[in-house]
Parts: sequence; C-alpha cells; structure tokens
Amino acid sequence: MTPANPGKDERSGFRQWLDHRTGLDSLLRHALDEPIPGGAKIAYVFGSGLLFLFLSQVITGVFLAMYYVPSADHAHTTVAYISKEVTGGSFLRSIHAYGSSAIIIVLLLHLTQTFIYGSFKGRRELVWLAGCVLLVLMLGMAFTGYLLPWDQKAYFATTVGTNILSEIPWVGNVLKKLLRGGSEMGTLTLSRFFVLHVFLIPAFIFTFVAMHVYSFRKAGAAGPVTEDPVSPKLPAEPFYPKQLVMDVGFAMLIIVALGFLAYLWPTELGPKADLSDTQFLPRPEWYYIPVFQYLKYWHGSTAVLGILVIPGILGLLLVGLPFFDRGLERRPWKRPLSVGLFTIILVGLGGLGLVSHREDVRNPGVAAQLKIQHEDTEQFMKAKFEPELSGGSLVAQNAALVNPEATKGKAIFEREGCNACHGDNAIGTAAAPKLIGVGSKYDAAKLEMLLRSPTEKMTSGGMPAVELKEDEMKVLISYLQSLK
Amino acid sequence: MGSATVGALLAVPLVRFTLHPILARTTEKSWSDVGNISEFQNIDAPVKKLVTIEQRDGWRKTIAEKPVYVTKGAKGELLVLSAVCTHLGCTVPWVEKEKKFICPCHLGMFSPDGKLLGGPPPRDMDRLETEIEDGVLKTQYQFFRQLTRNKEDLA
Repeated sequence: MTPANPGKDERSGFRQWLDHRTGLDSLLRHALDEPIPGGAKIAYVFGSGLLFLFLSQVITGVFLAMYYVPSADHAHTTVAYISKEVTGGSFLRSIHAYGSSAIIIVLLLHLTQTFIYGSFKGRRELVWLAGCVLLVLMLGMAFTGYLLPWDQKAYFATTVGTNILSEIPWVGNVLKKLLRGGSEMGTLTLSRFFVLHVFLIPAFIFTFVAMHVYSFRKAGAAGPVTEDPVSPKLPAEPFYPKQLVMDVGFAMLIIVALGFLAYLWPTELGPKADLSDTQFLPRPEWYYIPVFQYLKYWHGSTAVLGILVIPGILGLLLVGLPFFDRGLERRPWKRPLSVGLFTIILVGLGGLGLVSHREDVRNPGVAAQLKIQHEDTEQFMKAKFEPELSGGSLVAQNAALVNPEATKGKAIFEREGCNACHGDNAIGTAAAPKLIGVGSKYDAAKLEMLLRSPTEKMTSGGMPAVELKEDEMKVLISYLQSLK
Repeated sequence: MGSATVGALLAVPLVRFTLHPILARTTEKSWSDVGNISEFQNIDAPVKKLVTIEQRDGWRKTIAEKPVYVTKGAKGELLVLSAVCTHLGCTVPWVEKEKKFICPCHLGMFSPDGKLLGGPPPRDMDRLETEIEDGVLKTQYQFFRQLTRNKEDLA
C-alpha cells in the first residue's frame, strides 16, 4: 500500500521501488487483512490445508517425474528404481502416495465443515460450485495416479474402474475406449492417464482453485453458525496473525504426519502387472472401497439405476445445494432435512467400507488370495532392484545362446509337458501359476526338492512329481532360474 | 508462502533425490572374457578384440561391446590395452604399416605395448587389469580420465 504521505515512508528504498513496480505491499495487505467475522477458529483451517497438500503433491510429483517413464514397458521398472535405488525416492514417493489419501481426508473435513456451518449460504453459489468441481477433479487425480506404477493392483483395479463406464447406456463403451485408448488396457491407457494426471487435471485444478478462492474472498468469510451470511454483524478479526498461525500450524501437522508415515511405513510396490494372471483380486484405494462395495449390489437391468440414476441424483443434490437451500438459516439443528441426509450418506459410505472389509476377511478364498498378494508384494519389495535390459543390447537378442543350459532346460520343459499347464515360456495359465521369477524365490536345491516331491498344495492343484535324471534336472532348474 | 514452506520442509530429500545419479556409484567393475590364451601365444603385433561389458544407465542396463588390444609387454607377458586415446578419447587404431598405434584425431603415437611415442597425449595407453582363468584371458574394462598425466579411474 502506498502511504498517504510519501515524505514519511519508512520502508527501505528497495521495498519502495519493488512496491511501486509490483503493488506487492497492497496485495499482501489485502491477503492478510481479510476480515473474519467472529474471529479466527481452528474449524477454518481445512481449506488452506488442502491448498498446502495440493502444492506438496505438485512439488513431489514434479520430482518423481524426473525418473518416471509413462510406458507399459518401463513404468514399473522406473517406479521400482525410485523406490529401491534412488536416494530419498521411497520417501518422496510415499509422501506423494499418502498425500493423496490426506487430500481425500481433508477434503471430506472441509466439505463437512462448510456443510455443517452452512457456509455455502447467501451469495456463495460460485464458491460452492467451484468446490464441487475441485472435489471431482481430486477424485480424478486419485484414480489416474493409481495406475501409474503399473503394478498388479494398479492394472487390475483400473481395468475394473474403467469397465464401470460400460454401464452407461449408449455412450459408455465409446467413453471407455476413449479413456483407455483402445478397447483393452495397454500402454496407450498409461499414456492417457499420465497426461490426465500430470497436465490436464492439474491445469483445471489451478484454474478452479483460483475461482474458488476469488469468489470466496468476494463473498467474504461466513463466520460462525449464528452469523448472518450476507451482512455479518459480529466483530471481525483480520486473517493475520491468528488465523494464519492456525493455518500454518495445521499445514505443519500434515507434513510432519506424512513424513512419519512415509518414513515408518513406506508405500509399497507390487510385482509388475501380469496380464495373464487370472487369480488376482483387485481392490481400489481405501477411499474408493465404499463405491466398490456399493457397485456389488447392482446387476443386470437395475445396474443403470444404481450406477447412473442414484449417484446422478445425489450428485445433483450436492452440486445444487446452494440453489435448493436458499434460506439464510445456518444453525445445523434448524436444518434437520439436509443435515440428516448428509449424515446418512456419510455414515452409509463408512458402513459400505466396513461391510466390504468384513466380506474380505470372512470369505476364506478371498482372504487367502489377498494374503498371497500381500506376500507377493512383500517379496517383490525385498528383492534387489533389477535393471531393465535395454532393447538394443546384444544379449537381449542372443539370450538363448548366452545360457545354453537354459535352452536345453526349455526343451525338457516342453518335452515333459510342463507348458501344458504352466504355459508356453512359463507365463502361466488358468490351470497353473506362472513360473517367471520362481528362481528368485527359491534356490536350486529348494526347486529340485519341490519338483521331485511337490507340496500337498501343489499336488492338489494337479502338479505331478517330476522324475528326471540328474543332468536333465539340472538344466531344467537352470531354465527355471533364467525366467525373469 | 505455502509452497515456500513445503519446499523448505522437503528440500533435503528433494535435493538428495535429484543428486542421486551424480553421487551414486553406478558402474560396477566386472570381468569380461577376451579370448583363449592360446590365441595370443604367438602374436607379433597387437590384436584387436571386442569385450562385452554391462553398463548401468539409471534404471536400465545396456550390454555393449568395447574394443581392446591384446599385446605383449617387455617380458613377453600378455597386456590388455584400452583403445581409448588418453588425449581426448578417440578410438586408437593399430597401423600395421608403421608398427604403431596412431590416433587419427591429433596424431598421438604409441608403441606396440602402448608406450607414448609422441604427439599430444599426456600418458601411455591405459592398461586394463587382467587375469587368466581356465586358459581364458579376462579383463576388467574401465574408463579413465582424459588429459591427466596419471591414470585416474572414472567410476
């Protein structure tokens, strides 16, 4: 702000010059002197907490992109490289992954606070609408980001997630193909999700954050529930210093919590997406679990009702809230209908999440498979990082010649009919699991033991004991060990 | 303000993350086969051989072939020389007519056992470590710093 009397300006020469050129001081004053009717409150920290988390995601995301390659061939290797080799890579990736969960939590808190306080009322329709768009955009970020590591759960969860689009009448299949870049999931899907996650959605988020904040400042802070949302009567307190301290404190709390989580329980990466796997049970990230459970209840002709009509109505109710609820009454106990419905939906979503968890735990088949998947992930995380052999390398072309034993072993694998169940090149079939990577799980002695006398679990699945001469067994094992 | 706070809090891991390729030792030395020693028993001039080495390039590895010379030292022992010129890194060919290694770039010249004879290079051709296992000559392929008087290992 330019002082009234230029002769008495106590700012340094540089500060004056900078302010004359940029108007920085008045901008800062405008930002910090925002009046808050009824004074600063902890309840108002969630909005700035979200902005802070979003910036943290942008920063960590930009750095992760320094090593990440969005291609079905390399995505998994590069994420494994970040997690296992790059200094601080596992930590930053974990901050980014936990950050997405934190955004969903703080978003729910922000939405709930705004709703319960009735802070969307009185000339605040645009604030609310921009907020609704941001909610959808954030869910889109979570959905698109989940695929990028291209591990088992990413691949299969996104296959299911994109398949839901097919339920939309007429345009569903076209939309699905458009999103996937073809009728099947593949490297084009990954490219599209990458572009959405890194360029398109963030650009929209920046735009709508600007609209959200601008229209919020235009309408003014709403204050406590007893305050008149149009012409505030309570004495106002400026944003600076008390509310700013609270906001910064909340941001610190978030980043420290994320740091601890990332340090103590780094985000894991599962084995690379195996498109031939028929056993894998995909589960979405926790915040999509209620939706996942909800979708189980809708089949056949009623599916449109469950997947399109009901969510459509609820979405319309949410988006249109400031238009339907025009009254200026903000106290939640005086608004039983809308507060009741909001509570029912929140509790319902939580309940669906619990039911889903209970079903997974109680169904022995599902629980066993989820346990196997968990163990596979642990196994993969423990294994040393395996760099990818570049395509043009000499050895890639002559892999078979480099290890003549493995070539002989492969012939035995085919002669003995192992490929009938385990698939050509041991990639697995519905009848028996793939054997790729089995060499890193068991050493030669253990492999020989399992081949000569399979475990009960193996024999029950149809695995016969393999009887071979010593030298043939040896080359068969070296073939198994060459499968990577 | 917010981004400055996030930046400051995350600065240390972010900087370490960025510097990883510069600070981490990525190239591991390993032994590659040059050929059977019987091939080299009766040589009277350096023989060019290609050794296969594995190089790490971030998250991928490449298998590349590098030229080396097998030659004999003063006492008739087998030496393996890197074909990379110690001057500016050109690949040095053996010129049979002159019985010398002559670098085509700036005419650095070396004797059959790699001793510097003349021209701009600061030192002899670089000898690679060798060993003989089961009658096979092996070498540890390495890169060395150019333009220095002493041989310095580039990891």
